[in-house]
Amino acid sequence: MATFSGDGLTCLRGETLVFRGLDFTVPDGGALVLVGPNGSGKSSLLRMLAGLLAPAAGTLSWDGQPVAEEPDEHHARLHYVGHHDCVKPVLTVAENLSFWARLHGPAGAAGARLAEALDRLDLAHLRDVPGRFLSAGQKRRVNLARVLAAPAPLWLLDEPATALDRASVGRVREAIAAHRAAGGMVVVSTHQDIDLADPTMLDLARFSARLAPAPRAGAEEAA
Amino acid sequence: MLRYANPNRFMRLARVLTPWSAGLAVLLTAAGLWFALVDSPPDYQQGETVRIMYVHVPAAWMSLFCYVVMAVSAGVGVIWKHPVADVAAKASAPVGAAFTVITLISGAFWGKPMWGAWWVWDARLTAELVLLFLYLGYIALIHAFDDPARGLKAGAVLALVGVINVPIIKFSVDWWNTLHQPASVVKMGGPSIDGSMLVPLLLMALAFKAYYIYVLLVKMRAEITAGKVRALRLRQVHGTA
Amino acid sequence: MNRFLAIVRRDLRLALRQGSDSMMVVMFFVLTCILFPFGVGPEPNILARIAPGVIWVAALLASMLSLERLFLTDYEDGALELLATAPLPLEFVAMAKIVAHWLTTGLPLLIATPLLAILLNLHPDGFWVLVAALLLGTPTLSLIGAIGAALILGARRGGVLLSLLVLPLYIPVLIFGVGAVDAVIGGFPANTHLLILAGMLVVALPLAPFAAAAALRQALE
Repeated sequence: MATFSGDGLTCLRGETLVFRGLDFTVPDGGALVLVGPNGSGKSSLLRMLAGLLAPAAGTLSWDGQPVAEEPDEHHARLHYVGHHDCVKPVLTVAENLSFWARLHGPAGAAGARLAEALDRLDLAHLRDVPGRFLSAGQKRRVNLARVLAAPAPLWLLDEPATALDRASVGRVREAIAAHRAAGGMVVVSTHQDIDLADPTMLDLARFSARLAPAPRAGAEEAA
Repeated sequence: MLRYANPNRFMRLARVLTPWSAGLAVLLTAAGLWFALVDSPPDYQQGETVRIMYVHVPAAWMSLFCYVVMAVSAGVGVIWKHPVADVAAKASAPVGAAFTVITLISGAFWGKPMWGAWWVWDARLTAELVLLFLYLGYIALIHAFDDPARGLKAGAVLALVGVINVPIIKFSVDWWNTLHQPASVVKMGGPSIDGSMLVPLLLMALAFKAYYIYVLLVKMRAEITAGKVRALRLRQVHGTA
Repeated sequence: MNRFLAIVRRDLRLALRQGSDSMMVVMFFVLTCILFPFGVGPEPNILARIAPGVIWVAALLASMLSLERLFLTDYEDGALELLATAPLPLEFVAMAKIVAHWLTTGLPLLIATPLLAILLNLHPDGFWVLVAALLLGTPTLSLIGAIGAALILGARRGGVLLSLLVLPLYIPVLIFGVGAVDAVIGGFPANTHLLILAGMLVVALPLAPFAAAAALRQALE
């Protein structure tokens, strides 16, 4: 049984305190859904979980082991989907995906997994199309197929449903369900609903510096 | 542990030190200039021109000293994330650049009578010119970002890379200079320094140091206050308590 | 190591598909050198005298030309975030991209050098030393340049800023690169110059990816 947890996380952006004292736990097969108004720090929290942003305070741990000690191990077990789709215009869909799969996963069976990932997100017919011809929704699906193409237990998805039509959102939901059934965990931030089965909701407004009283005073005492 | 250390203690210390450093700088400059311009003999070789040295040499020392202070502060800022160190690095750069410019201009004034030209590619002056560009690059970089904190962090990396490069550049320029310059030219600074020249030289060096400390304190206080204003404004925009 | 090579291969493939980049760098290199006879006159002795310096300065500027895009495209389309969350240290990512940069700019410059040696009437004795010096010096240029390229991510007027940051740091390479060729033409051995160039490369090899990775982390925060 693996668990991914955060304890007392504080996020500073420049001179603004975004959130503080945030705790969460995701068990095997769990789903954590981040909700909250604009600027409450959903994206910042996901970047923090991905190791892109260092928490100003607090620790992230995997099975009780702080992830900051072994960043590469942590990176090996996560997939991050941010706001950008990072589809190179001159590479085909398959080339785009196989690069990330090779970078991320162990060698072997990559071809089969890639074909399956393309199938799952209805991209098989676009396999050899260069990225520059893709629509916004198709690029988004390629980005999500990247997550399927190399196995990793932790998915961090920032607004995965952006630019997707209803059918595609359904496919993403199915992919997440299958991932969780296999023991994977997922952290999703969302405005639109991707209704996942029994999710843990995390409302970032509760930890927000703007909605909680007098954050600066607390910060200065701690210093 | 929250990483944003409280600069209030520094502000209290700086407020006390500022007038003292200013007074010291004025006193030392007056004494130094008196010895430099009145109570020291002209050089047997350079004549009265040697008096330019009393500004030129301490300024050259300071130009390097400021760069080292800048790099050390940047290093402290990177390793311990201490905001006062970042501010010190930022405040040091323009002062150092100014000393570098003084070195170059006073060097040109010295060069005109001694070499017959405002500029020759003398090893020290050339190294000084490159140093000026290192300063300008740093200053341009820290002001190139919308988020001032990001500018300071990027500047810190550049300052550390620069300080590794300064000796390499110095060494290369010396090497290049010995290849291209006939040895008969009078080297800046002269071969040996007489005791009567040492007094004004050291006094001026100390005066420049005191002035540097004074300007550094003033600039750092201004910077920290500006940071507080920014934070207040941000809080206003976000409408918090 | 596989992952390292995967990044190098991807960057090479991107450069090849986009095509024009390497070609433009070489054309810039050649064109800059060709300007000099127009500037100083076609007198063979004068050209021979300035040839090593002109070729080196042009190589320096040409290798800087493509630096701005080294991390910028990946930064803008989000690929850099993914590279930073890949299971290999960011230092290795930076190194892989530097290797690809050298293969797509430094190497083509080296290949174009014989043509310029002829056009600028370079002394035949100096040719192989020039090639050796470029072989040792251009990787250092890519390494140092990568630090600048990482620092300007997210900055205003990145391209101009980059030249201000990087060119002063290029001076030692220029001095010893030209010095080596001049020494051989003047009848002296160039071993010391080449050794110093090699020494700079050895120092830059571990330090530059380290500094570049630090700058990349700042850009991503």
